[in-house]
Amino acid sequence: MNGTNLFKIALKALSNSKMRTFLTMLGIIIGVASVITMLAIGQGSKQSIQAQIAEMGSNMIMIRPGADMFGGVRQSASSMETLKLTDYENICKDAKYLAAVSPSVSSSGQYIAGSNNYPSSISGISLDYLTIRQLSVETGEMFTEQDIKVAAKVCVIGKTIATNLFPNGEDPVGQIIRFNSIPFRVVGVLKSKGYNSMGQDQDDVVLAPYTTVMKRIQAQTYLQGIFASAITEDMTQDAIKDLTDILRADHKLKTSDNDDFNIRSQEELSSMMNSTTGLMTTLLACIAGISLIVGGIGIMNIMYVSVTERTREIGLRMSVGARGVDILSQFLIEAILISITGGLIGVVLGVGASFVVKFLAHWPISIQLWTVALSFIVCTLTGIFFGWYPAKKAANLDPIEAIRYE
Amino acid sequence: MKPIIELQDIRRNFIVGEETVHALRGVSFTINEGEFVTIMGMSGSGKSTLLNLLGCLDTPTKGEYLLDGISVRTMTKPQRAVLRNRKIGFVFQSYNLLPKTTAIENVELPLMYNGSVSASERRRRAIEALDAVGLGDRLNHKSNQMSGGQMQRVAIARALVNNPAVILADEATGNLDTRTSFEILVLFQKLHAEGRTIIFVTHNPEIAFYSSRTITLRDGKIRDDKVNDNIQDAKVKLTTIPLPDDN
Repeated sequence: MNGTNLFKIALKALSNSKMRTFLTMLGIIIGVASVITMLAIGQGSKQSIQAQIAEMGSNMIMIRPGADMFGGVRQSASSMETLKLTDYENICKDAKYLAAVSPSVSSSGQYIAGSNNYPSSISGISLDYLTIRQLSVETGEMFTEQDIKVAAKVCVIGKTIATNLFPNGEDPVGQIIRFNSIPFRVVGVLKSKGYNSMGQDQDDVVLAPYTTVMKRIQAQTYLQGIFASAITEDMTQDAIKDLTDILRADHKLKTSDNDDFNIRSQEELSSMMNSTTGLMTTLLACIAGISLIVGGIGIMNIMYVSVTERTREIGLRMSVGARGVDILSQFLIEAILISITGGLIGVVLGVGASFVVKFLAHWPISIQLWTVALSFIVCTLTGIFFGWYPAKKAANLDPIEAIRYE
Repeated sequence: MKPIIELQDIRRNFIVGEETVHALRGVSFTINEGEFVTIMGMSGSGKSTLLNLLGCLDTPTKGEYLLDGISVRTMTKPQRAVLRNRKIGFVFQSYNLLPKTTAIENVELPLMYNGSVSASERRRRAIEALDAVGLGDRLNHKSNQMSGGQMQRVAIARALVNNPAVILADEATGNLDTRTSFEILVLFQKLHAEGRTIIFVTHNPEIAFYSSRTITLRDGKIRDDKVNDNIQDAKVKLTTIPLPDDN
């Protein structure tokens, strides 16, 4: 007895009962297709969230003043005065692992341009800020180092500000807008970034030299924060450690003292997001996995009935010389063929369904080779696992009884 | 003459609940190459049990069975399956053809379980066997497109295809009308004439007239074992049976 013959026998048996074969396959087809579709949706949302985080600048590091107590009352970060311009200067000078650093001061107020007004805030930053937040100027230009040096009243505005202050579509570049009655000349408009995953409008910004905001608006010497960007994402942790050392030395903190600042990276946010979407993917995979098991039980059920139905055939095969192992192999091969064929159809259907979801519901999807491979392997194993019992039953039939079975 | 089957004091007991049923109580005989033996007996005489033993589907409780010189009693199930595949051709009452399968594929079946026969040789031998039973022109007819007589011919071709030491027929004419029965008997006599060894198990005494030897069983023992000196020709009998009107 050789494998080729067994394969032929199994194939013949399957083609002799096409309807039954198809119905058996159906469970596996649906199982595999749903595993692939669900994982595609899960992976897709995960990737889209990761992409959004990366857009925010995945290497970004935020330093905020913090942990300041005033008579036992913890103060809000914006009112704290522990981050100074000298900190920024020292970081610029000493920090390793950083690609860009920018101080950050901000103030909110009302913008007025002609007869239009709009409430927003102004961010005082340095030129590096564009790199850190991955912003770019679409029309006009960014302000210059010289502007920072002289605390020039110039600004770069986001799309939201532009459309609200200049609703008739005139070019904002070169126009004067007033922030709390202080006039600023618009030198550029930022390229639109849309909403981030938190629902914040990333275009509702006005950027101005930090010197201008500190001296002309707030008249203060402390910073509300420092933004920095690590050279690569992997260096983020090293950079945080390095920054901590610099700031602690700067602030002359003793080893026993707590940090009077907070350093955060996007990594925390991204790991939180990942765990949420990971949970969702797992959930979807579980649901799909259950349908695969149900499909497997379908195989077992129909194979079991098929063994009873084909008792005489099995008896005949045994009487002409099929050994138990031949019968076992035949039924196992049938189960595996059903699973593999069902699996392949399921893969095609699953990939198709994923694209339907993408085009009709506009959900982000991502089909990865490993999910296809995984569901395919699992369905084959399901076939073997659930095909085993009926096959064993067939192999153990007594040929004398089987051949005369009515 | 070469002995094909040697039974020495074969006993077969079945345990049914608390009781022991003695289906065969010491059966001994030898069948030589080229014999056409009818095994007769009423139901309950033990002929089915004997057939199962002869066909290596079962093993005796006691006694020795040599098939073509090979001792069967101590063989395992898989070993007996291989032995059946090489030495025995079965013909059943209800044909037992595979459904929706062509004649040639049905006949090829025993050779499918013999790895040493190539696909081309398998096909060649199947065509040869179908020619021998007069179905050379119906190779690709499916089993559900054939009459009872044709199906039984396919079954006989299937029994011949592995060139067995013995053909075991179990009530092979039981499901057929009289005329077709004799057609099948003619075929068996032709195979006998070609030197095949045939054992025909039946409860129909008429078959005995056309075989070379008759063994009669009763209550698990041999009651009678006689050589037929006056073998009738089934072909002659066939001519006396009128053709069906609607044919």
